[in-house]
Parts: sequence; structure tokens; C-alpha cells
Amino acid sequence: MAVVKKDCPTCVLVAPVLEAMAERAGLTVVTQDDPAFPRAAPWVVHDHDLALSWHNRIETVPTLLHVDRGAEAERIVGWSRDQWEEFSGLDGLGTDLPDSRPGCGSLSVDPSLRDELAVRFSGSRLKSRRLELASLEDDIEAMFDRGFTDGMPVVPPTEARVLRMLEGTSRAPDETVAVVPPDLVECTVEKVAVNAVMAGCRPEYLPVVLAAVAAACTDEFNMHGLLATTMPVGPVLIVNGPIRHEIGMNSGANLLGQGNRANSTIGRALQLVVRNVGGGKPGGVDRATQGSPSKIGLCFAEDEEGSAFDSFAESRGFDRADSVVTLFPGEGPRLMFDQKSRSAESLTRHFAQMLRVSISPRIVMQMETVIVMSPEHMARYRDAGWDRARLLAELEAELMVEGDDIVVGADGIEEGMPTFLAGRRLPKFPPGGVHVVHGGSRAGLFSSAIAGWVTGETGSVTVTKEIIR
Amino acid sequence: MTVVLDPTAELRPEHRERVARPESLSGLTVGLLDISKPRGDIFLDRVEERLTGLGAAVKRYRKPTFTKPAPVDLRQEIAVSCDAVIEALAD
Repeated sequence: MAVVKKDCPTCVLVAPVLEAMAERAGLTVVTQDDPAFPRAAPWVVHDHDLALSWHNRIETVPTLLHVDRGAEAERIVGWSRDQWEEFSGLDGLGTDLPDSRPGCGSLSVDPSLRDELAVRFSGSRLKSRRLELASLEDDIEAMFDRGFTDGMPVVPPTEARVLRMLEGTSRAPDETVAVVPPDLVECTVEKVAVNAVMAGCRPEYLPVVLAAVAAACTDEFNMHGLLATTMPVGPVLIVNGPIRHEIGMNSGANLLGQGNRANSTIGRALQLVVRNVGGGKPGGVDRATQGSPSKIGLCFAEDEEGSAFDSFAESRGFDRADSVVTLFPGEGPRLMFDQKSRSAESLTRHFAQMLRVSISPRIVMQMETVIVMSPEHMARYRDAGWDRARLLAELEAELMVEGDDIVVGADGIEEGMPTFLAGRRLPKFPPGGVHVVHGGSRAGLFSSAIAGWVTGETGSVTVTKEIIR
Repeated sequence: MTVVLDPTAELRPEHRERVARPESLSGLTVGLLDISKPRGDIFLDRVEERLTGLGAAVKRYRKPTFTKPAPVDLRQEIAVSCDAVIEALAD
């Protein structure tokens, strides 16, 4: 068959050839616009709803298509005498025409029709319940009214938008991604896509969101506990690998703040999945006493290229060529100020002093931390020739705490570690409990620390997942 | 008219009646579930003392960690061995 439209000069040009092929070789001509093009004849079929064009993935007209027992055997795009003759087995086609001529865009991929066709022909593969908003309802307000938002407006997840979102992954819509707490619901790629649309994600962010949902819902990461705790913590997302650049994530100026769409929406999408699919809402299973802005969704990328250390992903056992997302159970970031240190030793001692108060100076060995080190601070370690292992070893030595100073009752303070720890030197963080990620603008002697919550088997373990496109 | 896709799990919760409140605790078995928070045991020791004084038999249980839901087996055991349960949150 040949797929054509009248509104295409190449199709008009080859109209006599089409007639010849129909008469001599039994060609069927499928016309997208004018039902009488090339002329009203039994061998002309009008693709009035563009179903034939859509399902045969026609992108250009004219296209010659040979289908043998339901399977595509041959496809020729545009006009080329040699190819058309070979295709039809006929000689002397369009001898008065130029040898070849490119085609035009198929109506089925016309930007003004594409979304509508996608919903008509692919929408049925989406399983989610359809919610009709009343004509007098404002779409944005309707999403608030139904309890779907985190307090900020969301993008209404229409079928067209969800189908576009699903183009961001090769995974099938009905594939299960994870069992989402607290309701322990099997969550499909489709439901993640719906919530990613609402969060404001672009389709190319979806693989990161899918990996983050899978990581959050592992037994190790314990999303249920992180949600239910009265502490102000949530999943902190750190992205490494080539996908950072492909989707335009920010690892530079203001990486922990506002202004970058990928950073702002990926973490939010995960939180919306937990809220909407898992049923975890503030005041429900989410029992945070005060919460923190990090619970809206905190996501950033590492500046691997500008770092003097191996990448954060490499420190977690992955390759630099892998795209991965790491979930850390943490609070919001807190400033680590040092404008005067010019040596690695001085800066490390000062970092240690600032990290000693993580959560509370009197709580040790229970929580981990992430240091988001700025480029100007990283320069101290580059100049000194330190690597990650050296920094962590020096920090560990500086972060030994006297049990006497922090046990219950010391200094007249009732909070503290159990009294049996008096007389011992204690590490502030458990082994492997300090994570270093590099990022920020090139100016500013400021880094950040993100404090964690209960770590290990009794709490949440930091989890890294590979991002599958 | 806009049509959107439901972003939720589309669950329909089933309604189940609570077990009727016992008239008296005398002769009943009461489970005390320690969720493994610091000093939960101090609180539950005192509760056990008071319950025993009321003529109830007391069984003590403990979750492995306060950060995760009680394992299904533990919940099942409590359900079949006790007439009532008290769960303690303490710090």
C-alpha cells in the first residue's frame, strides 16, 4: 500500500505513478486528507481517523509499505524511481518525473493531532481510572479538592500528558515498579508516570523517578519508617552519571535550591507517589512533628567533573559510566561555613567541629551524614593531594567524642547516650557513615551538611539504584 | 471537560467493626507490645503491674525496631493469644 495526502507536493507529483501501480500491480492507496485523492476509485481508501497511518507508524508521505502476513516486509519513504520500481516490479515509472523527491510529514504525526491520536489509539493501554472534571471546575483547583497535591499546584495528568511521559521509558506501563508503603500497594510504571506528570517532570526524567521509587521502597531504605517518624526527614536524592547532563540537572550554583526543573520535580514526583499511591499523608501515617522543606522533594546532581575525588557513585561501587540515583534518609541541608582555612588540615578540623552537632552533639553512632562540598572547599583537598579515603580517615579521627561529655546527666543535661558509655571514646558516625558529594558554584567558601536519621538494620540504609532508561 | 487519570492506588478500604470493649479486664489476657523505643519497658512494667492488679493475665511482646511495622507473624501471634493489646510509644 501507499500512504499519501493531497496536501503534499510530492504526493501530487507522483499521483500518475500511483494510478499506474494500482492498475498494473494492484496497489492500494491510503489517503489521509482528501478521500478522492489521487481520484475516486475502488483502490483508494480514506484513512479518515488516521488509524491505518498511526498503527503503521507512518511519519512521512508518500510511504510505500509491503505487509506480508501481518508483518512489515518493506518500507520506502518519499519518491525514488529506482526504489519504487524495485518495490513494484514495474519498469518505466514516472519517466517524466525527477529521479527522487523527499516526502512531507504524515498527518498522523502533525503536532496539532498527535496528542489526540495518542490518546485515541494508545490510551486504552492505560489502566488508571478516568476522572472527569466538571466543566465548571478549574482543573488546578480540582486537583487540590481531591487531595492529590502536596500543597503546591500540580499539572493535571491528562491521558495525553501521561502517554507523553511514558515515552520517557522503555518499560511497559503495567510493569510493577515497587510495593509502596504505607498501604503496601503494587505501583506500576503508569502510576509513577501519572504522578511524575503532576510533579512537573519532563518525560526524560521518568527513568530517574522510577529508579528512585524502586530504591525508596526497598526494605533497606524503609520508606515507611522515614515517613512515619516524628523526625523532620525524607528521601534525599543524589544523581550521578551521564543522565545528569542529558536531562539538564543542576550540580552547580544553587544546586540545593530552586530554579532547575529536573532538580525541583524529580524528588517531588517520588513524594507524590508515596502520598497518592502509598497513601502516606501528613497527619496520617506521616507523623512528622515539624517536617522540613526537604519533605517536599530534595534532589540534586553531583559535579563529578569538577571534583578532586572519585565520584560519589564510584564510592558506592558503581562505574562512572553508570547513571545512578542514591537515596539518603535525611533532613534539609545546613550550612558549613569556613572562609579562612587555607589548608586541608584546618578545613577538616573545622568540618569535624560542625559535624559534631549533627542531630545533637550528644547523639553518636546512630545517624549518617552527607557533606555537599563546594568547589572552593574541594580546592583545599586538591591542593593538598588528598583523596576521599584520606579525608574520611582524617575526619573519623577528628570525630571521636569523649563518652563522659555526652552521656545522660553530663553537664546537667538529661539527654544523652546511655551512662555505660562513660569513660569510652566514641565515633560520632557509624563506619561508612560520612558521604561526600561535590557541588555548587565556583565562588563561595560554603559547604552543606545533610543530617540523617536512624541508620542500619533498625532504621534506613542509604540505597543506590541504577537508572534504567 | 477535562479527563485526568487517577493518581492514587484506587483502593476501596473495607470497613470492619472493632471488637467490643470488654466490661472488665478480670480473667482476660492483655498483650503489651513494646515498640523498642528507649524506656518503653519502664512504662510497660508499670502498666503490667496495674493490669495484674486488676486480675488480667499479661503477655509481653517486642517489635524488632520501632522504625518498621510489626512483622505479620508477631501481629498474628498477638491476635490469637490475647483478648486486648496495648502498644507503647515512649522516649
